[in-house]
Amino acid sequence: MTDAIRAQDLCKSFGSFKAVEDVTLGVAEGGITALLGPSGSGKSTVLRMIAGLEDPTSGRIWIGDQEQTHRKAQERRVGMVFQHYALFRHMTVWENIAFGLSVRGENKTVQRKRADELLSLVQLTPFAERYPQQLSGGQRQRVALARALAPRPKVLLLDEPFGALDARVRQDLRSWLDEVHRELGITSLLVTHDQEEALELAQQVIVMHEGRIEQTGTPHEIYNEPATPFVASFVGAVNVLKGLVIGGQIQFGDYYLRGADHLSDGSGAHAYVRPHDVVVSNQPVNGSSTAARVDRVAELGWIAKIHLVLPDGQQLVAEMATEAASGFEPAKNVFVDLRNAKVFEPGGIPASDELAAS
Amino acid sequence: MSVHAETLSSRPAVKIRSWTWPRVLLVLAALFYVSVLLLAPIAGILLAVVKAGWSVAQETFARPDVRHAYYLTFIIAIVTVIVTTFFGVLTAWVLARHKFFGRQALNALVDLPLAVSPVIVGLMIVILFGRGGWFEPFFAARGIQIIFALPSMIIVTIFICVPFVIREVAPILQELGTDDEEAAMTLGASSFQTFRRVTLPNIRWGLAYGVALSTARALGEIGAVLIVSGALQGQTETATLYVLRAIEERQEASGYIVALSLAAISIVLLIGIEMYKNRKSLKETK
Repeated sequence: MTDAIRAQDLCKSFGSFKAVEDVTLGVAEGGITALLGPSGSGKSTVLRMIAGLEDPTSGRIWIGDQEQTHRKAQERRVGMVFQHYALFRHMTVWENIAFGLSVRGENKTVQRKRADELLSLVQLTPFAERYPQQLSGGQRQRVALARALAPRPKVLLLDEPFGALDARVRQDLRSWLDEVHRELGITSLLVTHDQEEALELAQQVIVMHEGRIEQTGTPHEIYNEPATPFVASFVGAVNVLKGLVIGGQIQFGDYYLRGADHLSDGSGAHAYVRPHDVVVSNQPVNGSSTAARVDRVAELGWIAKIHLVLPDGQQLVAEMATEAASGFEPAKNVFVDLRNAKVFEPGGIPASDELAAS
Repeated sequence: MSVHAETLSSRPAVKIRSWTWPRVLLVLAALFYVSVLLLAPIAGILLAVVKAGWSVAQETFARPDVRHAYYLTFIIAIVTVIVTTFFGVLTAWVLARHKFFGRQALNALVDLPLAVSPVIVGLMIVILFGRGGWFEPFFAARGIQIIFALPSMIIVTIFICVPFVIREVAPILQELGTDDEEAAMTLGASSFQTFRRVTLPNIRWGLAYGVALSTARALGEIGAVLIVSGALQGQTETATLYVLRAIEERQEASGYIVALSLAAISIVLLIGIEMYKNRKSLKETK
């Protein structure tokens, strides 16, 4: 598969602040790629540089096989969707969608035809003559998408497109975008801070943190094989347990956990364990479990969170189906088995803050 | 000053459900304040004109010096509006969109004409262009008369009208942000297309209001113009200067008529914009 968008060694500084540092990435043709990261991670700046709205301090950008680094935004043929819609409020829905054709000098018949196509694609045909202020947030974002698609862009760039919407609308629009993408197959780069959104929509996820790329991979890789502590803690909830490395294992209390072969004996280490990988039981499990005490139990519909305390005082959270959690009550002594732990050198993130992050 | 055009009419006022005494008093106070201070003088002048009668009005408008005064006033107003609109939008843009060293200073400087008495503005221009002034040799050598002539009258009027468009447009630009413009650019619109089709429509009401205020002020300016023009009858006498002379020469009725005509133009302008705007924005939002 070829890359429809490529960036090489992209850097962007604002004064002395380095917003983006040495970002090299490729966006697969025809797919949805998510740029995932917390606010301030530089993901939007990368998107804006690709769109031509921001000049890179250094580095190069290609769209298709043409270098775009020094081209103006107008010439890049990208469709861009903004978080706050950015619809032209003095134009009707129809005029908004036709804008990109109208500024390129297309005649009215062509404009009308294309706008009608897109209106039916975004299911807003009855709203053609309305003004943006008369639409709901979700409808506005659909108009914005239609407007971006009208001039047949080579790639679609979405900057937190669902960021300003309610949870419900967000979910609807997410699956709707997925459908539209299946239909059109346009290469899309989606900037988001919402890991669920990225994992659900994208075939490729690029995780950014403090201006740099932490990891690039499929949603499965990002979630199950996090390359850095940051990815492990940012994507999905995670327990962080502090321990010591002894013979390739990490030890805390009387418990040993495999997976620290890459660290030398005696050094401190952090084990990252997903809450659903914490198995709680009444009996010891094949010798690999440790004792723990139930601190409290919270039911969240079909899922229950069990807060546990290990003998050495460290806390962790287990998640399981509510039915499976029925036997565990506060103050009860249980056994826990930690599966799929990822062990990293301590650094960067204070472990205690990451407990039960969700 | 900058927000009244937007907020008062576009945001619906809270409807008062129960009329308590404090509320009644507040409303009455506001009504009294505005009517006594604004409506009463206008009513007074209107009455004076009506009392003077139609013949005086005809007589006044037939006088060549009055006609010339109007002519000068309109020339000054037109040039002032063109210049303050163009540079006003430009400056508002710079203030709202660019961060640079001296931005704060520029921002403060814009209000200077509101803070300085017009008479002082006139004097400043005299110092620059009058006999022995900094720029006087340059223009004198080329035979261009600045002081006691139209150029200086236009310069002072522009000076005084600088803040209006800027103060109306800059906050709107700031509030709008750059999203719309960036969207237009990614859609292929050139900078000019973006300005004409996206930015300008977004700021049009603020701009219209700024232009109206600027026009009204240009029509009514007297102090600064008096200083730099010398108020030579039939030569450098504007409509407002004529009003002044008419009062001095005890031809009050004639002065009232000209004064009322100037006030009427400004009032019609402001009300007209307000009405047109309400009709338009009603269409776009409802």
